[in-house]
Amino acid sequence: MLKEVTAATFENEVLQSDKPVLVDFNADWCGPCQMLKPTLDKLAEELDNVKVVSVNIDNEDEIAYKYNVSSIPCLVMFEGGAEVRRSVGLKPRPELIKFING
Amino acid sequence: MYDIIIIGAGPAGMTAAIYARRASKSVLVLEALTYGGQIINTPDIENYPVAAHISGFEFATKVYEQAEALGAEFVFEKAVGITDSGTCKKVKTTENEYECKAVIIATGSANRKLGIEGEDGLVGRGVSYCATCDGAFYRGKTVAVAGGGNTALEDALYLADLAEKVYIVHRRDSFRGDETTVNTLKQRSNVEFVYNSNVTKLIADKRLTAIEVTDKLTGETREIPVDGLFVAIGRVPENRGFAQLITLDDAGYISAGEDCLTNVPGIFAAGDGRTKDVRQLVTAASDGAVAATAAVRFVASLE
Repeated sequence: MLKEVTAATFENEVLQSDKPVLVDFNADWCGPCQMLKPTLDKLAEELDNVKVVSVNIDNEDEIAYKYNVSSIPCLVMFEGGAEVRRSVGLKPRPELIKFING
Repeated sequence: MYDIIIIGAGPAGMTAAIYARRASKSVLVLEALTYGGQIINTPDIENYPVAAHISGFEFATKVYEQAEALGAEFVFEKAVGITDSGTCKKVKTTENEYECKAVIIATGSANRKLGIEGEDGLVGRGVSYCATCDGAFYRGKTVAVAGGGNTALEDALYLADLAEKVYIVHRRDSFRGDETTVNTLKQRSNVEFVYNSNVTKLIADKRLTAIEVTDKLTGETREIPVDGLFVAIGRVPENRGFAQLITLDDAGYISAGEDCLTNVPGIFAAGDGRTKDVRQLVTAASDGAVAATAAVRFVASLE
């Protein structure tokens, strides 16, 4: 299970993180997001150099709005407190790995 | 060598897998993305027998588990072509090549894009192909729907409940779609119709800020400020990889009737990717059964 990040913890968990962070913007009602979850769970376990967290856009609409998220699933890579790239929509595992590695 | 290779793990492909396994044939299902197909985008299915309500994700997962429990093998690779040497067929994927006696193509269809500059980069930044998926992001905002078919009309109606203003940009001046929906939309004070027009330009800063629409009759252009554009101009089949071998119709769908037979013996077509009148979850599943039964019979005829 990915760690849920909220408005209260986003600064600390994502922006101040030493490691790059992959943020999965998702919602319970979003089928493709549910589809993506198991793959991300696995990747989170396997990858030591990247942190993977989840933001539920229904609970955390402020974060979603701040980062201009308007389609989910939306994966945003943060490094050093800033967005470096994003990927929208369901992707197979090899493409996710490519996206994470940049 | 597998008895049957099924290309596509949507409702048609997975139903075919269930039928073929129950007939004791060895089955490989090849899927480019993930099981389920486009039904996973549907939050609530209300028209499939047995369940009054079920989410597309739950439906797809149940069918997947059913097929897998029966012994169908799933490999997540994109099939890019088929070669046929009669009794042996080879399906090439981006990574491997697999042999079988019969193939069922169940690759479905994808959203048709507008095909204008900047479209791909704005997906998730104001451009969407799924109103029920992304509508929630446009509460109190201004959106446009491009298209005039039933999907476009239903999208507009769904969005009219959320957004402050909805424009419907339609290339004709009348609708072929459901009249009730059209009339309901006409009564909504926050819906505006833009007839005889196409979206010709996407104007964006970091995200979409406006669309340019061109009137087909006068050639005049106008800019409409919007936060979101929902593209609902139909779907396109994903059959290009098989076009050398399989006969397609003018729109790119596999020429196959309700019997799911293609022009090549031993290659069958099931689901949204073939020529058909009704493209629904239940008809996709039905195709899966028909195609699998025909494939099983074909494999038996080789023995």
